[in-house]
Amino acid sequence: MKIEHKNISENNFEQCTKCTICTVYCPMLEANPLYPGPKQAGPDGERYRLKNAAYYDMGLKYCLNCKRCEVACPSGVRIGDIITLARAKSGKSSHKLRDAILANTDFVGGVATTMAPVVNATLGLKPVKRVMDAVLAVDHHRTMPKYSSEKFTTWFRKNAAESQKQYAKQVTYFHGCYANYNYPQLGKDLVKILNAVGYGVNLMEGERCCGVAKISSGLMEQASRDAKRNLSEIRKAVAKGEEVVATSSSCTFTLRDEYEHILGLDNHDVRSSISLATRFLYRLVERGEVRLAFRKDFRMRAAYHSACHMERGGWTIYSTSLLRMIEGLDLVMLPSQCCGIAGTFGFKKENYRYSQAIGKSLFEKIEELGVEIVSTDCETCKWQIEMSTSAKVLNPISIIAEALDVEETRKLNNIQLINQ
Amino acid sequence: MNNLGNYDVIIIGGGATGAGTARDCALRGLKVLLVERKDFATGATGRNHGLLHSGARYAVTDQESATECISENKILRSIARHCVEETDGLFITLPEDDLDYQKKFIDSCLKAGISAEAISPEEARRMEPSVNPSLIGAVKVPDGAIDPFRLVSANILDARLHGAKVLTYHEVVDFVRSGNRIEGVVLRNASTGKQSVAYAPVTVNAAGIWGHLIARKAGVEVGMLPAKGSLLVFGHRVNNVVINRCRKPANADILVPGDTICLIGTTSDKIPFEDIDKNEVTAEDVDLLLREGAMLAPALAHTRILRAYAGVRPLVADDSDPTGRSVSRGIVCLDHAVRDGLEGFVTITGGKLMTYRLMAEWATDMVCRKLGRTALCTTATTPLPGSKLEKRESAGERKHFISMRMGEKGAVGRHGERSQQIEFNNASDAALVCECEQVSVAEIKYAIESLDATNLVDLRRRTRMGMGTCQGHICAVRTAGILAKSDKVNHQEALSDVASYVNERWRGIRPIAWGDSLVEAQFTRWLYEGVCGLSEVATNKEEKI
Repeated sequence: MKIEHKNISENNFEQCTKCTICTVYCPMLEANPLYPGPKQAGPDGERYRLKNAAYYDMGLKYCLNCKRCEVACPSGVRIGDIITLARAKSGKSSHKLRDAILANTDFVGGVATTMAPVVNATLGLKPVKRVMDAVLAVDHHRTMPKYSSEKFTTWFRKNAAESQKQYAKQVTYFHGCYANYNYPQLGKDLVKILNAVGYGVNLMEGERCCGVAKISSGLMEQASRDAKRNLSEIRKAVAKGEEVVATSSSCTFTLRDEYEHILGLDNHDVRSSISLATRFLYRLVERGEVRLAFRKDFRMRAAYHSACHMERGGWTIYSTSLLRMIEGLDLVMLPSQCCGIAGTFGFKKENYRYSQAIGKSLFEKIEELGVEIVSTDCETCKWQIEMSTSAKVLNPISIIAEALDVEETRKLNNIQLINQ
Repeated sequence: MNNLGNYDVIIIGGGATGAGTARDCALRGLKVLLVERKDFATGATGRNHGLLHSGARYAVTDQESATECISENKILRSIARHCVEETDGLFITLPEDDLDYQKKFIDSCLKAGISAEAISPEEARRMEPSVNPSLIGAVKVPDGAIDPFRLVSANILDARLHGAKVLTYHEVVDFVRSGNRIEGVVLRNASTGKQSVAYAPVTVNAAGIWGHLIARKAGVEVGMLPAKGSLLVFGHRVNNVVINRCRKPANADILVPGDTICLIGTTSDKIPFEDIDKNEVTAEDVDLLLREGAMLAPALAHTRILRAYAGVRPLVADDSDPTGRSVSRGIVCLDHAVRDGLEGFVTITGGKLMTYRLMAEWATDMVCRKLGRTALCTTATTPLPGSKLEKRESAGERKHFISMRMGEKGAVGRHGERSQQIEFNNASDAALVCECEQVSVAEIKYAIESLDATNLVDLRRRTRMGMGTCQGHICAVRTAGILAKSDKVNHQEALSDVASYVNERWRGIRPIAWGDSLVEAQFTRWLYEGVCGLSEVATNKEEKI
């Protein structure tokens, strides 16, 4: 029998076969009955929104954009994208100023780092938290992220930029807002590892925020502006034959997928050159191009938490496989679940209780395991877990950097510096 | 035999014409009995485009129909607001069409009183982005969409609110006659098989294509030519404006957006009378609809198809042609006393969904004349139940509407102000039964209690439950649960109802079973047959259609 390929739908939402598996994997649905769930908010609701925009369901604001529904979907429906796009079109925020402040992680970070000690002290004060709660609807239970007094980029220019040219192989690092403003040590850790295996690190000229927070707050125009700038910089790096790596899973995911699916920007020419730092490193090791040596005296017990966007990207395996190479590390896997923070979502007052309800069983599990260190590739998961448990959270790159025997690694990889 | 009593008028047929006639008669103070062998809108009424014709389609070939259409179009916009979507329509000229026809078309429209405005291809593409971009001309007309199920339901509801008695699943098996006079009908209850009798001085035959058989039972001949038309339902609204071809009416040249879907149709094939209940869509029909449909909106070629269905037009043979081959145009209202010497029997037929109200008016006028009543028709100005309030999804009420939960929004969209009767008392009432079409538990309960629904297929027509993407695989079993809790059916009946419902859905899916729709159907089968063992309870009884 001849099978004709006619009327095979190109409409992604129409490929949903209503199996409802996504609803089982949605962290919000269980915590909040006001959320219609991914199937209803996504492909089901889309048909009604096409009939009349007034059928937009206000409950869509509760979507975490965690994309766990997309991971679960056997038909490849981009449920999270459908919801995000509908929200950008029809959703209205009740706290525009608050959303703008939370979403503009780069602008706010830039200002905050210049007076970091004051900002950090102030944001920790109870009365300040109360005022932020009342005026900006940023929940007062939240521990605000700390800002660094020296940006990563400043440190890099002063201390590292020059020496990077000595390496034969080069890679471009997309540091993102977190490494730049909140925790430059992560960037320093990556430079340390990459240098040890013979890669020089470059930064992009005028890197902008990847835009993940702006996208989830519906600030699409701003996000697009930044994205175009980043893409043009990424293209320059790729043209030089360099891969672009990032230490943040959400930045990586945004650059690779959200630019195309949400912002409608064509990134197919560079997409495969953008990867999470652990994936880049693991593949070098796997191909035998690079060898890692770890300190014999390194001892650590840690639990690994798979961030939502790590699951969406399918990258958990790279981070954990690298970590498992460290002889002195006792690594325990936490069950794959959302911690509840979902970027800026959990900072918003109206979401705080859902955020904590979603993460509750994860926090309990961490305490139950009694681990001092939790490792995750996502910075906002770090804030949530550090605020909600007694554990300290480290990016796998930081653990690897700490465990790395730099001298031995350089020897193993036979690093020869180019004389300038 | 159970005696159902005496009425002023008995109306046979629960389609738009029968329901409209029942309403008109009831509004004029007559004591009415309406009988229907299946459920409302199971014939041609529920098996067409749901196009609120402007009349433009008929303008060139049939001025009379065109004039009737535009007049009824305007009336329905005001009396049936919750059934109508004011989308407007385009008549497009493609490069292979004759652009000269456009001028003739516009002139004929204007002559019939239909506003028809030629617009540029650019303007047409802006108005309806899905339209075939290679069009060379377009005319804008006041077409729209109308939901026939809702329309019939509202007419029935109003008839009952004015004292009419309505019996579904009651088939006329014989007439009570005295000499050359029809004095009543003998009915058979489809589920119990029991017979009953009802009396009235006038009986109206409003049975569509089946009216031929009814007339024969009464002893008179109404020549009819059954013509089958097939249509395809697409998974979502590709277009928001009705798209027609600006040429002599032909096959598959109308694409109508209706509620959450859009429809392409129709084909036209003469079929023998034995086949009028088959409603089969052939592979050739599907091919033709897809090929022609993609000419109107190329996106149709890669849009999921939900199902295919067919209806039978009741074309009436012209009494003046002894060969019986030529078709009578427009509405046919026959007083068989005058025509055949049979007293107490009236046939109302011909016409179209668009003119159902006018047909009802003519039939009711004739009934009143025969009964010596003088009450005047008010149906052109009296809003149907559900149409009285401004639709809440419209601009004025938008702020309130948008904050509603989906099940409530769905109910308001479908039932207009009657949705106030639907009680969302708690979370379980607000829960969705049909997730594709946003039908809540409360709406299903309302349809069971107030809209004469007795099984899943009836509930589909009242609410759109099961009409969406999954074609009932999620909602069938949920709805059956609610139905079983009502006093209408017992658990065993509800269970076998699920089986016949799933089979009925498959009938419509089969002609287009490929791609995602086939995956969906397989999933449904796996769920109902594999997991639930439903084939164990499936009965051999006739499928409800």
